[in-house]
Amino acid sequence: MKIVMAIIKPFKLDDVRDALTGVGVHGLTVTEVKGYGRQKGHTEIYRGAEYAVSFLPKVKIELAVADELVGRVVETIEQVARTGQIGDGKIFVSPLEKVVRIRTGESGEDAL
Amino acid sequence: MLKSTSARAALSSLALGLCAALASVGPAFAQAAAAPVPNKGDTAWLLVSSLLVLMMSIPGLALFYGGLVRSKNMLSVLTQVMAIVSLAGLLWAFYGYSIALGDTGGHYLGGFGKIFLAGVTPASVSATFSNGVVVPEYAYMVFQMTFAMITPALIVGAYAERIKFSAVLLFTFLWLTIVYFPIAHWVWATPAPDDLAAAAKALAAAADEAARKAAQGKIDELIAAAGWINQGRGVGEFLMNGVGALDFAGGTVVHVNAGIAGLVGAVMLGKRIGYQREALTPHSLTLTMVGTALLWVGWFGFNAGSNLEANGATALAFVNTMLATCAAAFSWLVSEWAIKGKPSLLGMASGAVAGLVAVTPASGYAGPMGSIVLGLIVSPVCLMFVSKVKNALGYDDALDVFGIHCVGGVVGAIATGVLVSPALGGVGVTDYTNIAGANAGTYAMGQQLISQITAVVATLVWSGVASAIIFKLVDIVVGLRVSRDEEREGLDLAEHGERAYSY
Repeated sequence: MKIVMAIIKPFKLDDVRDALTGVGVHGLTVTEVKGYGRQKGHTEIYRGAEYAVSFLPKVKIELAVADELVGRVVETIEQVARTGQIGDGKIFVSPLEKVVRIRTGESGEDAL
Repeated sequence: MLKSTSARAALSSLALGLCAALASVGPAFAQAAAAPVPNKGDTAWLLVSSLLVLMMSIPGLALFYGGLVRSKNMLSVLTQVMAIVSLAGLLWAFYGYSIALGDTGGHYLGGFGKIFLAGVTPASVSATFSNGVVVPEYAYMVFQMTFAMITPALIVGAYAERIKFSAVLLFTFLWLTIVYFPIAHWVWATPAPDDLAAAAKALAAAADEAARKAAQGKIDELIAAAGWINQGRGVGEFLMNGVGALDFAGGTVVHVNAGIAGLVGAVMLGKRIGYQREALTPHSLTLTMVGTALLWVGWFGFNAGSNLEANGATALAFVNTMLATCAAAFSWLVSEWAIKGKPSLLGMASGAVAGLVAVTPASGYAGPMGSIVLGLIVSPVCLMFVSKVKNALGYDDALDVFGIHCVGGVVGAIATGVLVSPALGGVGVTDYTNIAGANAGTYAMGQQLISQITAVVATLVWSGVASAIIFKLVDIVVGLRVSRDEEREGLDLAEHGERAYSY
């Protein structure tokens, strides 16, 4: 099992969710986050006073997937979240030791 | 006796007017007319206007300012504005009305005859700008009260996000008493048109020297009780030459006055922690937009209501207010787009307020096209002050009370002297003693401009100096600023023990 964590542009969230459902993902967790990468920040001007905003709003999605699904999940996110512009985000994949479904007590891939 | 003063048109060239009256008015005019009674339409309009001006303060101004501060200070701004409004209403009823406009006094302050609203009854009336038209004194009193409420509330924008609440209250009490009430008297206390006309008629009809002397004495007495800026008398005599400054709805009394007090406050309180280092960005421009819209709508009560009665001149003030604001909102938007690259909502909202401020003194005097020109001019001037001058001088006028209200007010006050010109579509000046000439006064642009500038300078000096003294006094008595920790935490929790938003 792997945990896939991706930082994407907020307005791509719905597309990514739909596409992941299409490849067999049954659930994911979303967090609104701020950060910076190569996109850096932007400038806001209020009555002539300029402020550099260095942390941009992004969405973090996290999902646990079975090993055989990881390749397609990553590929799907990569394709759907891409605009080609700087600031599209990143995908991180890391191993997952254990999963437990609280309601039933199932564990491992059965709990996914 | 000058029962109450309300008409604000200038009485220019009194002597000339008298000559005309003498030459052409026959004895038929000397008969005493029946005492005028208030018209129901006028009364309703003045009361509705009072509501509109109250709405400008709460929630209009409160939301306009509230949206511009950080969320941790939202409630402090709302609380300050509402507290100032409530306090000002009480002070106005206790003694403000009497010493500002209600009771006869001298050039510099009214009398104490109407403290605690003594003598004001449902039957007592106040004069308007028109001969033979009066309004209930209660309606006039409460309308003017709403002006005393909003003026100190405007200053909140300068000291926002760092002042102690107790300092706000003490400052407001002292500032209204020492600055606002006298300046309102200087500019707006004017003889009732009916009293002047009656005296002028008596002068014209005077058969012998004694009667003439008595009638002239009556006119002199009326003028002596009027504000010095209103009549161009007293300390302003040598400059103003008897030409009163024009301020229809409060460009100097309200906006220049509050604006300069704001600048003094911003300097004396010092900068907010993190000013020009941290992002002190508005927390909700949505609320600022709501506040701006409420201000715009309410301003029709402020400007058109200032005609006191409901007639064609009221409609002119209404149209001028509308057009100048459209022009100024648009002109700020375009200027900012050209200079900063993007047309912003806050820019447009600032422009609308600048336009409303600028047209305030001119609303009853300029023509519609003149108002548009005024609106187009005022926004780039204010934009330069809030974006360039403020940064260059380094003072932290948090929400730009000086840059918009004082600067816009000065532009409007001076422009009024030009735009009133009949040659530029303005209505000209009024001389109520010129009965035969339909109250037409003599207008000379140069002298009128000198009078306008005198009024502005007098307001800047009196309000600037007195505000500095009052802020110093308040600092000694209760302290002006909250502690660093409290400022960091936000005034909502530190001063009021509540928060605006729960997430």
